[in-house]
Amino acid sequence: MSINRRQFLKIAGISTMLGIGSTAIVSGLRKGDLEASQFEVSPGALTAKRWGFVVDMSKFKSGEDIKRVIDSCHSIHNVPDYGNPKDEIKWIWKDDYEHVFPNQENEYATAELKEKPFMVFCNHCAQPACVRVCPTKATFKRQDGIVMMDMHRCIGCRFCMAACPFGARSFNFRDPRGTDENGRPFIKKENPEFPTRTKGVVEKCTGCYERLAKGLKPACVEASNGGIVFGDLEDPHSEVRKLIAKHYTIRRKPELGTQPSIYYIIGGNENA
Amino acid sequence: MLEKALNGSPRYWGWVFLLLAVIGVGFISYLRQFSYGLGITGLSRDVTWGFYIAQFTYLVGVAASAVMLVIPYYLHNYKKFGRIVILGEFLAISAVMMCILFIFVDLGQPMRVMNVMLYPTPNSVMFWDMIVLMGYLTLNLLIGWTTLGAERKEAPPPAWVKPLIYLSIPWAASIHTVTAFLYAGLPGRHLWLTAIMAARFLSSAFAAGPALLILLALIVRKTSRFDPGKEAIQSLAKIVAYAMTINVFFFLLEVFTAFYSNIPDHMYPIKYLFVGLEGHTNLVPWMRTAAVLAFVGLALLIYPNTRKNENILPLALIAVFISTWIDKGMGLVVGGFVPNPFERVVEYTPTAPELLISLGVYAIGFLILTVLYKVAIAVKEETEGVEIPH
Repeated sequence: MSINRRQFLKIAGISTMLGIGSTAIVSGLRKGDLEASQFEVSPGALTAKRWGFVVDMSKFKSGEDIKRVIDSCHSIHNVPDYGNPKDEIKWIWKDDYEHVFPNQENEYATAELKEKPFMVFCNHCAQPACVRVCPTKATFKRQDGIVMMDMHRCIGCRFCMAACPFGARSFNFRDPRGTDENGRPFIKKENPEFPTRTKGVVEKCTGCYERLAKGLKPACVEASNGGIVFGDLEDPHSEVRKLIAKHYTIRRKPELGTQPSIYYIIGGNENA
Repeated sequence: MLEKALNGSPRYWGWVFLLLAVIGVGFISYLRQFSYGLGITGLSRDVTWGFYIAQFTYLVGVAASAVMLVIPYYLHNYKKFGRIVILGEFLAISAVMMCILFIFVDLGQPMRVMNVMLYPTPNSVMFWDMIVLMGYLTLNLLIGWTTLGAERKEAPPPAWVKPLIYLSIPWAASIHTVTAFLYAGLPGRHLWLTAIMAARFLSSAFAAGPALLILLALIVRKTSRFDPGKEAIQSLAKIVAYAMTINVFFFLLEVFTAFYSNIPDHMYPIKYLFVGLEGHTNLVPWMRTAAVLAFVGLALLIYPNTRKNENILPLALIAVFISTWIDKGMGLVVGGFVPNPFERVVEYTPTAPELLISLGVYAIGFLILTVLYKVAIAVKEETEGVEIPH
């Protein structure tokens, strides 16, 4: 049998297309694709049905307390400091009441309340908009409620940043492993235990998944002297549930239906 | 057929080399962005999408506009569009190519772009947008190339093209609807969270796309022996007039809902765009220009004497084109990010490398368009006067 050039090219082209196409389909539709962390929980790990936080700002006595909590997170997670707000990366930070809860508009609220600082970080929503929009499943929700980032899969489209109504996500606009013009590294002191990121990917608070796996509570919780309490929201006997039952607590923008997992005690001890 | 693009006047080659030069500059700028990161742009933590995504959004509209020729010609047998329907299809091809490139240059990790196909995620609108855009590109390539090839042989196009042509009609609506869904389904972005977003996208697309198409047809008539036909141009101009009227009407609906309800979150972005917010007024002059141009363009298109005057018509179309470009290519995307989730105003201004890269992408699009139009016109010039059944 002989074929001419035209027929040969036809067959070659079609088989190439089929070959590439079917690999994508097969790998895409493969069932039981679980993340490693969901496969097996290490023996000493902290586990929960839905991790959550209660933030009590009355426990933060000074700016020093706030700074210590931020540093405890940013230093162990190799969060770079670019020294400008445009490229800024932050996992946990503070903002004032007025801006953290813009929907609690109250024109007669005292300046003291409006300017009161509140710690903000990823809400680890039960219905996360960021996970819904991600085109590669680079951000996903774990079975324990932690909203995770796979920074090796992220293509840097920043759809999740448009979707997050809490501004919890940051993007590596520059190479975090690099240095500024004066040779100062963006990551002051690298923690070899935790991966550094590459430019062009989104990152955020990952609920200290690496510490949970070792049986440790998140770093911010540990550094907060009781200002940030961590526990299982689904467990009625957990410390977080007890605090929510005892105090008047609010969440950021609950009306958007993302079901944030951070509860804020408003008024602190006076309300108890 | 492609060889016809290799045979042109010095003016044609001059234009091609000019485009290549712009592409070169854009490419060098892109290499800089590739090595430095997207920090080279004006984008920030608060305004995470800017000029690139805005151009993508606008060009999806231009691409969808081919359907405004396909419907009258193939569904209503409006013969006058027979000569220019190919111009619409080829414009769609170049517009979709630019869309894909604008998405590509916006990615933080462009080398991982295939992850969208390796890990298909049906709950992400972006996944569907990729599918509809790729499909629309394929449809227009197949349809355009096959019908033109048939015309060259002075034969009717093969029967299998017809179903594809009919499929391309809802498909054109889908690329715009899905692109609107990228925005309209996000909680907390008040400018975008509106049920008529897709309808607004379609109306602005059917104004902007045909406006550009008429301008291109007028250029084609000036630079070649091929005449798209006075009546076809006039019919298209009426389509632009209707679509633009609906577009402005839809926008005013948004203004009513935001301001009569008096809900601050819904008013902030519109205030930011047209009067400024907390003293931030970067986009105000642009948006006001867009508003004025929209009404000027509309007046000139609705009043028959000015629409029929071929000296005034291009001005009206340019007004519509610029107005819709400012509205969607600048205001819509940036306005969605202002104020930010903390109700703070952070403004965005594109940087020089960002604009050069965008210009480079446009140049690639125009190069594709030039080559395709060159081929189409060469075929049209050969077969001039031959009536082909379809």
